[in-house]
Amino acid sequence: MTSVETTPKTGEETTLERGFIGQDYPRKEDQRLLQGQGVFTDDIKRWGMGYVHFLRSPHAHAKIVSVDVSKALEIKGVYGTLTGDEVALQTDPFFQIASEPGASVRDYALAVGKARYLGEPVVAVVAETRELARDASELVEVEYEPLPALVDARHAMDDDAPVLHEECGGNLAWHGAYEWGDLDAAFAEADHVVKISELHFDRFNSTPLENDAALVEYNRGTGQWTLYSNNQFPGFAVIMMGPALRVGLDKLRIVTQDIGGGFGNKITSHPQLVACCLLARKLNRPIQWTEWRTEFHQSMSHGNERWFQDVEVAVKADGTLLGFRCNALDDAGAYLRYEPLGGVIWSQVTPGMYRWRNIRVDFTQVMTNKAPVSPNRGYSRMQHLWLTERIIDIVATELGLDPIETRKLNYVKPEDMPYETPNGCVYDSGDYPRALDLALELIGHEGLEERRRDAESRGKLLGFGIGSTLDSGTNNFGQSQLINPELQFSGNNEVAMVKLDILGEIVVTLGTAPQGQGHETTSAQVVADIIGCSPDDVTVRVGHDSYWNTHAGFSGTYASQFAVTGLGAVKGAAEELAQQMCKLASMVFGCSPDDIELVDKHARIKGNPEAALPFMAMGAIVNAGNAGFPEDPPPLNARYVFRPAFDVPDKETKFGNLTLTYAMQIHACMVEVDPETGYYEIVDYAAVDDCGSRVNPKIVEGQVMGATAHAIGAAIWETFAYDEDGNLLTPNFYDYHVPHAMDMPPLRTGAIESPSPFTPLGTKGMGEGGGAGIHAVCAALQDALRSRGGALVSDSHNPYHRVWSMLRDPEATRTNVEITSK
Amino acid sequence: MGEPVRSKVITLEINGEAYELEVPARKLLVHALRDDLNLTGTHIGCDTGNCGACTIHVNGEAVKSCMLLAIQADGAQITTVEGLATDGELTPLQQSFAESHALQCGYCTPGMLMSASALLADNPSPSEEEIRVALQGNICRCTGYWNIIEAVSTAAQGGKGS
Repeated sequence: MTSVETTPKTGEETTLERGFIGQDYPRKEDQRLLQGQGVFTDDIKRWGMGYVHFLRSPHAHAKIVSVDVSKALEIKGVYGTLTGDEVALQTDPFFQIASEPGASVRDYALAVGKARYLGEPVVAVVAETRELARDASELVEVEYEPLPALVDARHAMDDDAPVLHEECGGNLAWHGAYEWGDLDAAFAEADHVVKISELHFDRFNSTPLENDAALVEYNRGTGQWTLYSNNQFPGFAVIMMGPALRVGLDKLRIVTQDIGGGFGNKITSHPQLVACCLLARKLNRPIQWTEWRTEFHQSMSHGNERWFQDVEVAVKADGTLLGFRCNALDDAGAYLRYEPLGGVIWSQVTPGMYRWRNIRVDFTQVMTNKAPVSPNRGYSRMQHLWLTERIIDIVATELGLDPIETRKLNYVKPEDMPYETPNGCVYDSGDYPRALDLALELIGHEGLEERRRDAESRGKLLGFGIGSTLDSGTNNFGQSQLINPELQFSGNNEVAMVKLDILGEIVVTLGTAPQGQGHETTSAQVVADIIGCSPDDVTVRVGHDSYWNTHAGFSGTYASQFAVTGLGAVKGAAEELAQQMCKLASMVFGCSPDDIELVDKHARIKGNPEAALPFMAMGAIVNAGNAGFPEDPPPLNARYVFRPAFDVPDKETKFGNLTLTYAMQIHACMVEVDPETGYYEIVDYAAVDDCGSRVNPKIVEGQVMGATAHAIGAAIWETFAYDEDGNLLTPNFYDYHVPHAMDMPPLRTGAIESPSPFTPLGTKGMGEGGGAGIHAVCAALQDALRSRGGALVSDSHNPYHRVWSMLRDPEATRTNVEITSK
Repeated sequence: MGEPVRSKVITLEINGEAYELEVPARKLLVHALRDDLNLTGTHIGCDTGNCGACTIHVNGEAVKSCMLLAIQADGAQITTVEGLATDGELTPLQQSFAESHALQCGYCTPGMLMSASALLADNPSPSEEEIRVALQGNICRCTGYWNIIEAVSTAAQGGKGS
């Protein structure tokens, strides 16, 4: 028996012509991956390659007094080393996205002068084998002068706080005040003001199973590097790397093939990639780098930890939410590798799924002696959406309102779509109340009270909770100008090429760098429908190659956008190829292109199936038999750049459309808590997704399931915990427990389809909806604890000992909330 | 005193083929497979034996090949993921993984397949609980396991074993 049930699709049918699009077409990727024939970065070998090992700082914060590599270099089989001093001479600091003071951060491929987090790479050692490189790094002598560590972001701005980057004059990375609507009027109108002193969103990440890796070759004759890598955003990586290495982007070729999971965590590997580039040039040999699990945990892409302080919510007597104001304090860790973009990304979903129009968020981001944060599935929106959902459930609990009815009362209504939010974002489509009803039906909400009694009879506390989340997709990079008005980034793009080759092969080239999302399959489905063949006839090249003509500034796979930008580009290119094919056939048959149709791998005259030109003949004619044409035949090779229509948001009012689509998930869960120990289990779970038209529903459902698992892990087990000296306490899978097969609750999934009016296929980017699960668990716990003192959940991460504490001393959590009523 | 012996010639039978290779005493079996024999279908996802991406069969038992030195496997009969399908013809278990969408990035998949096939060889009709127990040493970060459990269950119900 499987515990997964999918309800029949209940949404309205889209206007798309359905062929292969919309089908659960078997994945093209699976044949190789199931046989161990995928090519992941660590699988690639070159003659004479050297393995690099990074010697890392054992201190969270320390001056580097001296570095001596001589003993390591004496060992036979050690090829060479790289130190921070060399890096400082040979490269420029990485370009900073931030305006001042964060703009003054000087970030290099290796620590220069100071180490600022435990695990920061200080020296690189290259040797004949990975074991030797690791051993030899032990012989490198680094003298440190330890400094006090700053671990708690709430003390980053204290007068006596240790300062990470002296150039910045303190630990502030970025500050911005956001305010829309009329807060004073909202609070004057409110019947209740609910004050929450502090909420904390915990630090974790998605820990893809494959660690970061690269094989880097340097061509001395041309000065070009080739980087076989699992970086998931090559467009961003080369922009960071080129100026640092003082070369044009033509000198950097990034190639990806199969990538073992990314979830945003493989966006900011550029420092290590630059170190590998320098070593490949210095040592004149290919450099192989594969990160160890412990290294990943210590140094890569932690999710943004965020504190919400002095939250005030204006509520009417009937539960209508008028607005809220708060201070957000974001902990970026030691360097700003993608930050402070998190300082604006959250505002893609400013009101969450609710209609309140008056919102003020005073956003401060600081740096601490912890690993740098970078995008992580649900990046920055997840934290903010958790705030809005926590507000709903705390307000409902404290005012005696029903959390379901409070949601329905305040949800943006389907008839209001497209809906402009207070800050100018446009929610494209959706039916939140219907999705919530479906989630309630799937989880069997009508039997809730009976299940409570049953749990009580076994000495357990049953709790029920809902989490709603928006998965905003297809960024308008113009929002970066709200962080730094000097930046020139705006809009978005992705590229695809589709060609009909010499022997009739249909070949698709993408600019994306997928990590399991099935791009080969869904692209082939789209192309097949447009040019009249089967997805099996379509070859989609694996991965990304920045030397293909499909590399654009925003190329990569991140931020829930492939179904819009990637497939938009595929559709555009396929349609252009179809036109070219019709044109060619019309030249051969002496008719109008309008008389040609593309069916079953043939171009034929409509109504005359006998007059048909096979694809193979068309490819051959153009490429190898083109004499005698009175004019140039079409090239049968189409390139299309998809560009969503965006404007740069207004920098003064911080108003404008920041993302093109808004997929949605609503999760519902039931937990059973043991009141004696705080141990709890999720006993039932439902997740409903609406990402517009689905090209391959099975792939969409797989993303929903994966995001759910990440959420459950983050809610219960996964945390990057530091001690007061800045030591990471969860540096591997022993201490950092990710869910395994025994941990997963029964799950039912459901879907509705509200096609996006703004995208070529009615699709919406999706895949990041996991935040809903974190909230659903928080809400369910709070519900379960109602009868035992009514503790209020104020942390996103609730391990059993924290639940035990809430059971022991509920009052301690209740003082966090205060209500003033008229 | 002579130099201590630091390497040894071992013989292995892998996927039906005989291999003889010299390995340093410290080399992990997974590195011998991947780096020396280019059997890169067996993956590495952790340093601590937790993730199971490197699971293979050693003398018919599912074993994490990162928890074994290559020299400890001297004389062993080994099956890796590359040894499951015959001439590109997927096993029923592999087919079931594809049909159930039990893989996304595919990085954990070889280890999952090896753990699941060892289970089905021992117990052709496992309960869902038995499947979960058998897979608990394999981490997947993409799927949440539901489709993997379904795939193993379906393959078992088909009475097809591994």
